[in-house]
Amino acid sequence: MDVFSQLADGFAVALTFQNLALALVGCFLGTIIGALPGLGPSNGVAILIPVAFTLGLPATPALILLTSVYYGAMYGGRISSILLNIPGDEPALMTTLDGYPMAKKGQAGEALALSGIASFVGAFFATWGLVFLAPQLVKVALLFGPAEYFALFSLAFATLGGIASQNQAKAVIAAMIGLGIAMVGVDHQTGVPRMTFNNIHLYEGIDFLVAIVGLFAISEVLLFLEHKAGAAPSEANQKLARVTAPFSMLKDTAGTMGRSTIIGFLAGVLPGAGASLGSFVSYTVEKKISDKKGTFGTGDPRGVAAPEAGNNAAAGGALVPMLALGVPGSGTTAVLLAMLMALNITPGPLLFTQRPDVVWGLIAALFIGNIMLLCLNIPLVGLFVRVLRVPSKYLMPAVTMISFVGIYGISGSTFDLLMMIIFGVIGYVLRKLNIPTVPIILGILLGNEMEKNLRRALEISNGDVNILWGSWLTIAIWVLAIAGFIAPFVVGRFLRPKKDPTVAP
Amino acid sequence: MSDRALGVACLLLSAFYIFMATQIQTSFITDYLGPKFFPILIGSLLAIAAIFPIIKPDPDPDWPGIGRLVEIVFAVAVMVAYTYALPIAGFVLSTAITSGILSWRLGAKPLSAAIAGVSISVGIYVVFHLVLQLSLARGPWGF
Repeated sequence: MDVFSQLADGFAVALTFQNLALALVGCFLGTIIGALPGLGPSNGVAILIPVAFTLGLPATPALILLTSVYYGAMYGGRISSILLNIPGDEPALMTTLDGYPMAKKGQAGEALALSGIASFVGAFFATWGLVFLAPQLVKVALLFGPAEYFALFSLAFATLGGIASQNQAKAVIAAMIGLGIAMVGVDHQTGVPRMTFNNIHLYEGIDFLVAIVGLFAISEVLLFLEHKAGAAPSEANQKLARVTAPFSMLKDTAGTMGRSTIIGFLAGVLPGAGASLGSFVSYTVEKKISDKKGTFGTGDPRGVAAPEAGNNAAAGGALVPMLALGVPGSGTTAVLLAMLMALNITPGPLLFTQRPDVVWGLIAALFIGNIMLLCLNIPLVGLFVRVLRVPSKYLMPAVTMISFVGIYGISGSTFDLLMMIIFGVIGYVLRKLNIPTVPIILGILLGNEMEKNLRRALEISNGDVNILWGSWLTIAIWVLAIAGFIAPFVVGRFLRPKKDPTVAP
Repeated sequence: MSDRALGVACLLLSAFYIFMATQIQTSFITDYLGPKFFPILIGSLLAIAAIFPIIKPDPDPDWPGIGRLVEIVFAVAVMVAYTYALPIAGFVLSTAITSGILSWRLGAKPLSAAIAGVSISVGIYVVFHLVLQLSLARGPWGF
């Protein structure tokens, strides 16, 4: 009952005029960002964080705006997948498999409506999962000491690198680069400058917002320049006959949506796995269970409903460890974590007791955002489809300029803008080399906390390293971390050969 | 080959990082690990991870040809120039020129690129400065 009264308080926060307006703007912008080929939730949120930050919004409204963008982008990703066969981002990849064939069969409207409803089901029930699971996780997290936190951060790196990347060594390299960057600045414990080369700009460390916008947004522009993606494909011009799904189609896919929601949510809760895994596993499992006639891949509505319910449920699931433990469950939640930290809010168990207005206001906003997204996405989908016709030669310069505005707005410093460009170039090279950028962000975000907890743990134990695996909780976390790191070697062999053919359109 | 280069670069980076970490002064307030330990740990783990791409590199990525590479370097130079021009020429002018050049390089015809540049700049100015009250860099003309 306690949960419900807190949720009611949350609704009181979220239902103010300003917050509703921000949620609406966020959902709208998010859907557009998600719909644009090449831009996904991580880029979208990364570009908009500095902007929200410079607007001086208080914590809860800023969070509501950006999580609405996040959910909106998760919804929007399906539009370009279905109409153009171009996934906006990785989680939307699986939707191309049946969504595009449906569109080619003249069922684009049905596919869009069905995927919108599946997204709603996934996200809506995952938010309920968040309501019930996060407070339980908080109870466990309250038992955490420095040693447990150190192990937990290691777990986040192990699983994020493990599942997100195809090459563990490269994920480790990325994580170490991020952690290395986090060390720049004055050591909080002793006040000694580290890795600053006596440059006064570096004494406060490298702002993670600068790194995020550079790695995600600027590198994207450079990739576009490389491929010179001039005009949008003309197929976006196809007319949508009707954007509704017949009742029989919804009835046939109800079971699919239910199963995929559960699978997606669980995939999201696992630290580091996130939405890509959610949509991938949902689709694969659904294919195993219900594809008796071999229609998956040829425009089967269940093949559209499964990944969409799965990836949106995973997006909700990923918020569980992010809010309760301060450990992000996916790339985008890593970006959201950065936003929280920029707002001087440290996620984790104490957030639930100290700032319940933020947590429950946010959760209530997710419910409201979902309903808004459903309302926006069914009747207005034609409008979003029109956005796909804006060629990237006009769009990407605008994205670049907004990135500059956001970073300049925060500090007014030319040095930060130069750093952002440097990170953009580094991000471009790393992405070409298949090195995941999310562990870098995570390293920059969590590096100082990780070191602080390690040092504090050893202080408590008078230097005895056994404290790092001295409790059942630490042992359990380490086991999970090792399993999460090794699992892709084993599981990857089964999964990847099947995944590859899907990449080529 | 790219991965081998990456591995070697990371090895050099880790050596440099560990060297820099040993140069960190220790203050009179010290804990068991001190400020040097964690950076050295990071450098060492980076070095270990860097060995793998050297031994077992992935297939080479598709690097852009010299023309595209020049294009990318040019775009980066434009962005750097923009950074320096911003406080001098102000937001509207420098943004119009920069976004126009980027749009042109992304394949727009010069005239439409110029129109795009001006529209992007004025659009951002209206939305972010006039509507949302965000302070943007002021030029000699006040915008």
